[in-house]
Amino acid sequence: MRPAILLPAFVLPAFVLIGAALLAVPARAQESETPPLVHQHWSFDGVFGTFDNAAAQRGLQVYQQVCSACHSMKQMYYRNLAGIGLNEDQIKAFAAAILVPGPADESGQPTQRPALPSDHFKSPFPNDEAARAANGGALPPDQSVLEKAREGGPDYIYALLNGYSDPPAGMKMQQGMNYNRYFPGNQIAMPQPLHGNDVTYVDGTPSSLEQEAHDVTTFLAFAANPELNERHATGVKAVLFLVFLTGITYALKRKIWADVH
Amino acid sequence: MAGLHKSDFANPVINWIDTRLPIFTMMQKEYGTFPTPKNFNYFWNFGALAVVALVVMIVTGIFLAMNYTPNVTMAFDSVERIMRDVNYGWLIRYVHMNGASMFFIVVYIHIFRGLYYGSYKAPRELLWMIGVVLLLLMMATAFMGYVLPWGQMSYWGATVITNLFSAIPVVGPGIVTWLWGGFSVDNPTLNRFFSLHYLLPFVIVGVLFLHVAALHITGSNNPLGIDVKSPQDTLPFHPYYTIKDSVGVCVFLLVWAVLVCFVPNYLGHVDNYTPANPMATPADVVPEWYFLPFYAILRSVPNKLGGVSMMFGSILVMFVLPWFDTSPVRSCRFRPIYRQLMWVLVADALLLGAVGAHPPQGIWVVIGRVCTAYYFLHFLVILPFLGKLERPLPLPESISRPVIAGGGGGLPGGAPAKPMEKP
Amino acid sequence: MADTVAPTAFDHGSPGDARRDFLKLVVGATAAAGVGAIAWPLVDSMNPSQDVLALSATEVDLTPIAEGSGITVLWRGKPIFVRYRTAAEIKAAQDVQMSQLIEPQPDSQRVKSGHDKWIVLIGICTHLGCVPLGNKPTDPRGDWGGWFCPCHGSQYDTSGRVRHGPAPLNLYIPPYAFESDTKVKIG
Repeated sequence: MRPAILLPAFVLPAFVLIGAALLAVPARAQESETPPLVHQHWSFDGVFGTFDNAAAQRGLQVYQQVCSACHSMKQMYYRNLAGIGLNEDQIKAFAAAILVPGPADESGQPTQRPALPSDHFKSPFPNDEAARAANGGALPPDQSVLEKAREGGPDYIYALLNGYSDPPAGMKMQQGMNYNRYFPGNQIAMPQPLHGNDVTYVDGTPSSLEQEAHDVTTFLAFAANPELNERHATGVKAVLFLVFLTGITYALKRKIWADVH
Repeated sequence: MAGLHKSDFANPVINWIDTRLPIFTMMQKEYGTFPTPKNFNYFWNFGALAVVALVVMIVTGIFLAMNYTPNVTMAFDSVERIMRDVNYGWLIRYVHMNGASMFFIVVYIHIFRGLYYGSYKAPRELLWMIGVVLLLLMMATAFMGYVLPWGQMSYWGATVITNLFSAIPVVGPGIVTWLWGGFSVDNPTLNRFFSLHYLLPFVIVGVLFLHVAALHITGSNNPLGIDVKSPQDTLPFHPYYTIKDSVGVCVFLLVWAVLVCFVPNYLGHVDNYTPANPMATPADVVPEWYFLPFYAILRSVPNKLGGVSMMFGSILVMFVLPWFDTSPVRSCRFRPIYRQLMWVLVADALLLGAVGAHPPQGIWVVIGRVCTAYYFLHFLVILPFLGKLERPLPLPESISRPVIAGGGGGLPGGAPAKPMEKP
Repeated sequence: MADTVAPTAFDHGSPGDARRDFLKLVVGATAAAGVGAIAWPLVDSMNPSQDVLALSATEVDLTPIAEGSGITVLWRGKPIFVRYRTAAEIKAAQDVQMSQLIEPQPDSQRVKSGHDKWIVLIGICTHLGCVPLGNKPTDPRGDWGGWFCPCHGSQYDTSGRVRHGPAPLNLYIPPYAFESDTKVKIG
């Protein structure tokens, strides 16, 4: 390509770079009152990332004992817990400890029965209206894909759970709202759900707030991306295969074109 | 037996088919021996990549449709079921979802090639216009497809864009009600979008056939922008360009695989993982990245009808491009001034994309208006005037003999120039 | 370099061609493997999905079933009869001569050894698919004490074998296994 004649050479690449850089800026308006998210280390980060089953199982405990009182996780089945390392008997036992609505009895009355692995996770409320009524008008969001539905994903959830504090001096809180450094607008309807030592971990890990937040976030990431382990493994294989195929195809291309070049 | 095609194939089965329906002869002629300029660069891969993208989207789409339910109460959950319960459903869904982005990336680069090398100029005007039709069909397909998961962005994107038609004087609101099948985006809308989203890709296939047919009448353009003068300037499509396109396909699939397997939601919007709620609008309603420049143009005009007209106008202006470019020279290789302005156009488009991604406030409004104005200035003012005023560089004699002095392209500088022989 | 004819790759015979042919083979084979790797997920996506498979086996708790009566459970969309046979019913089933049966089959082949008081059958009449009656003691059970199909009058004995047509075959036995004396897993 001939060198640019009229415009100085740096102007054009600069235009392109400025444009590209602006496009790369996160595309949503960020409330400037929320501090930037700190990137946590997650076992499922990166190309070779997988779920840390121990953390996810602890997170399941936190979810079950704390979060599930208000939050549904409708897309999850108890049988999905095999993905974080529970075996069939553990799943059956876990599910059987939970009562779910059963079929109507002979006089048409609703019944309850122990849950089976093939059941969805039990929802705390029968419908959204009941959920709102129990939570001051606010609807606790379903957590099945929550980790994918929030900007910042697991880093945001972790920050939020650790982000409760007293409001700064002079800030007027709305009725029933709680101050959180990371929630957009800083006023969140959910009261601080975890304080540390909310559960006693079965595996004996000390249950500090940071630990509980880390574990439940791992579990939420699993709930939103149960296929992650397989997806990453498939990706590694696909990339290696395609790099190889690209290489030999290019070699063949050079061979075929040798008499033209 | 009169009228039967005379087939040259030796194989008896192929010969039998070919004499009755000469598809093998056609394939041999159009993709086997078809004389193709020998000096293509890798920008010429992108049409083939677009075909690959289209085929993959259709195949994955058909398999998704086996499990998707186009009803407002079940759509979001059916997509989640595909992700969780259908064997390899997550793979099919993520391939399809990221495939839309891959399709637009290659088509935008394909369009850039056309602009830069003057592929829209005579005699390829109709080829170019069919291409613009293909782009419009792609955009309609992608728009409707994005509604199907019935997330917050699906619903509100559909609401914003369908509402635009109310800007049309007199009949606008009626058209919007007709489009919706009701008084807001709701179940009838979702159901018909599913039907049309399934249909349009096959319309694209049909128009694609016309696109390729038009190409094969005129023959391909090439980086020098000069006509093929003799068979010396060409190579048979097979094996030279089948293998070169294969290399491109491998790289294309590699990029796609990385997206799908490692960052499948990077190009998407988190709000679409929240089920659609007609009672609550998200903080920012933004379309997918490939629509952002058009969204920016739409919002740069404070008047509703004006914005809609400019947005559609930005694509319609491409239809008349062949007649607005007055330059006698096709390729930017030989247009020293316009070459630089092409890159300015690219920067302008990228900036428009950034504008579309941000809420229409502050500096972004100004940038959006300047960039929109420049976009139209480029096609409607710069092109016609520049063509007359610019002094192009001297064109080479032919593709085989592009070396005059210094630059150019094709053969490396050290090769001796050969006299052209008549075949 | 040949100038008169556009060069093609079909000229064989020069030494570089052997390497090119090998390379073509490797590229072709690798690409074919890739196509296969892509095709399998598409084909497998049409196999029963995880939620369907999760319901493909049903566990039945036998404790609530009274002697002489049976229940109906749903398995893979089909009704399954599970009946607790009385000693008299078992003996009646075992004593039948093969020559008296429309589709001869001994009772021992239709129950699990050690659990012959339980009969587990697919409750679909082998004539035209209605669901026969007979689980509750108050239901009509036909002349052989088994099941009676109200649609066209087929009758089955206490082993689920057809004794009076128009049904041509015995009631089918689903795959099942006893997990314990009080629990049976169907499927």
